[in-house]
Amino acid sequence: MTAPVYAAPANAPVEPATKQGRFLLEREGVLGPLLLLPAVVYILALVGFPLILAVLYAFSDVTVGSPHITSTKDFVGLANFRVILNDPVFREALRNTIVFTVVSQVIVVVLATILGLVLAEDFKGKRLVRFLILLPWTTPIALSVLGWFWMLDSVYSPIDYVMREVGLLGPHTPFGPARNMYWLGKTNLAQASVIAVHVWRTLPLATVILLAGLSSIPKDIVEAANMDGASYWRTLFKVKLPLLTPIMSVAILFSIIFTFTDLSVSLVLTRGGPVNDTQVIATWAYFKGIQGGNLAQGAAIALFMVPVLVVIAVLMLRLARRTETT
Amino acid sequence: MVTTADRTMAHLPDEDSGKYRVMTIGARVVLYLLALLFAAFAAIPFIWMIITSFKTDQDLYNPNHSPFEFTTPPTLHNYTLLFTSTHYLTFIANTLIVALLVVVITVAAVVPAAYSLTRLAGRWGENLGILIFLVYLVPPTLLFIPLTGVIADINLQNSWWSLVLVYPTFTIPFCTWLMMGFFKSVPWEIEEQAMIDGYTRLGAIWRTVIPISIPGILTIVIFSFTLTMHEFVYALAFVQSSSQKTVSVGVFTELIRGDVYFWQSLMAAAALVALPVALLYNFFLDRFIAGFTLGAVKG
Repeated sequence: MTAPVYAAPANAPVEPATKQGRFLLEREGVLGPLLLLPAVVYILALVGFPLILAVLYAFSDVTVGSPHITSTKDFVGLANFRVILNDPVFREALRNTIVFTVVSQVIVVVLATILGLVLAEDFKGKRLVRFLILLPWTTPIALSVLGWFWMLDSVYSPIDYVMREVGLLGPHTPFGPARNMYWLGKTNLAQASVIAVHVWRTLPLATVILLAGLSSIPKDIVEAANMDGASYWRTLFKVKLPLLTPIMSVAILFSIIFTFTDLSVSLVLTRGGPVNDTQVIATWAYFKGIQGGNLAQGAAIALFMVPVLVVIAVLMLRLARRTETT
Repeated sequence: MVTTADRTMAHLPDEDSGKYRVMTIGARVVLYLLALLFAAFAAIPFIWMIITSFKTDQDLYNPNHSPFEFTTPPTLHNYTLLFTSTHYLTFIANTLIVALLVVVITVAAVVPAAYSLTRLAGRWGENLGILIFLVYLVPPTLLFIPLTGVIADINLQNSWWSLVLVYPTFTIPFCTWLMMGFFKSVPWEIEEQAMIDGYTRLGAIWRTVIPISIPGILTIVIFSFTLTMHEFVYALAFVQSSSQKTVSVGVFTELIRGDVYFWQSLMAAAALVALPVALLYNFFLDRFIAGFTLGAVKG
């Protein structure tokens, strides 16, 4: 670090020269980095270093049994990537990850907008509704997905029971003659279930972020539109939604990261099955790298998340910069 | 920051005086219907969890019984079973110890770092703050494999100490960002006055800024705690022994034995942890969202 320029914070009054001298005696240039050091060291040691290690692993032959890169002989070039890309399961996992993310996030954008508008209104029981709606986000994911796992049980699913009661399932019915849907046992249904749980999980986050945006729309703009006789829908589509685009982008970028890199939903709900139909990058990296003990291949598989993460980080920095300048 | 979040909740239609808010009965019905529908979608797995946890075997395992009624009287047997013949209490104890230690490490690292970034580094600090926040977005599923190697190297494999070491990697970035928001709202003049009164810089921080920032510190305590309770990936990858497992992983791996599911106890175990965590989280959610919006909705 070459003597970073420490200035008084933007909101502080401009200090006269005599006081500046006094602050120098307190040695801000020393105190600042010193206070920052523990956090930065922690992040560099346990995020920065493992990130580099992940890349090194991906080009090596390390396993759980011998997790060390001791000589150049441990580097195997692109061998891991060659194996992975020739593996149909990986290609399916990659495709699933993209499809699950895109489909679930398109649904989340639509539902979050509707739900955000609902919660922006005032009505009785709103606090309770808000608490319930937030549950999927505020509860530990592995435990809540267990709830879905049981909801979608092959025999005792309450969804199946309701469908039987209303005559949709069972002998001589549209979804019959079987008495159960086998949600997690059939390819399309299992994939749809995983997508639905991702929607369920990320909808609250997108909604509350959007809600924060809704409340920050200047009132005079909405009032002006009303004065001009614009209807609710016209105000919504021509005034509010365009103003909400930046904040919605922030919400969806977060949502995409959480869905794209998620391990818990596919693992707890289906363990990647039936066969490998709901396998995603994260579960495949887990099965190969941790369960199978092939750290090198696992790391190489996980690296396929990086391009998406980089793009999202860049987009976020741009959004943050734009809000700073306006 | 806080004001934006508060306004989200206190969004009263009358104050807005928009004509469109004078709703017809039809619009009101649609509003309630939508609210009900979304609430049901969000809550249904938890409702099913709670009902299941009180059901007897002969009631639950009969596909002709309504899942939403008790054909036989509710029982506490599943809870007794959970506490007496599983490692559930061990999982809870492990989770709480890990969470407590993670909270201590997080606060110790975050408070000075956030102060430094808001007060001592000017414009440059804000940018570094955003960079640190972005670290929060590096997913555990990218790091868990190399970290498995690191954990093995320092002989922490299969011990919850590995989680104490690793969890601050996501609590520190997020909480630093939250804490920066709090420090920004503390007027600079207070410390200045304390220093004029003869305190050193650190003395002034300790006597003025820290006491004022107690609500902020409490927020990061709650968040590092709940984020720890939420974590699943690292715990799954690093820990294999029952005696060392945390709740998320323990419930998932130990209460399901091959093809035998103790559904009622399993659901009891999940609900007992999930709902209190949700309540705690809910109290501080507005602060959390204010952090997540990256300052894009500064009042």
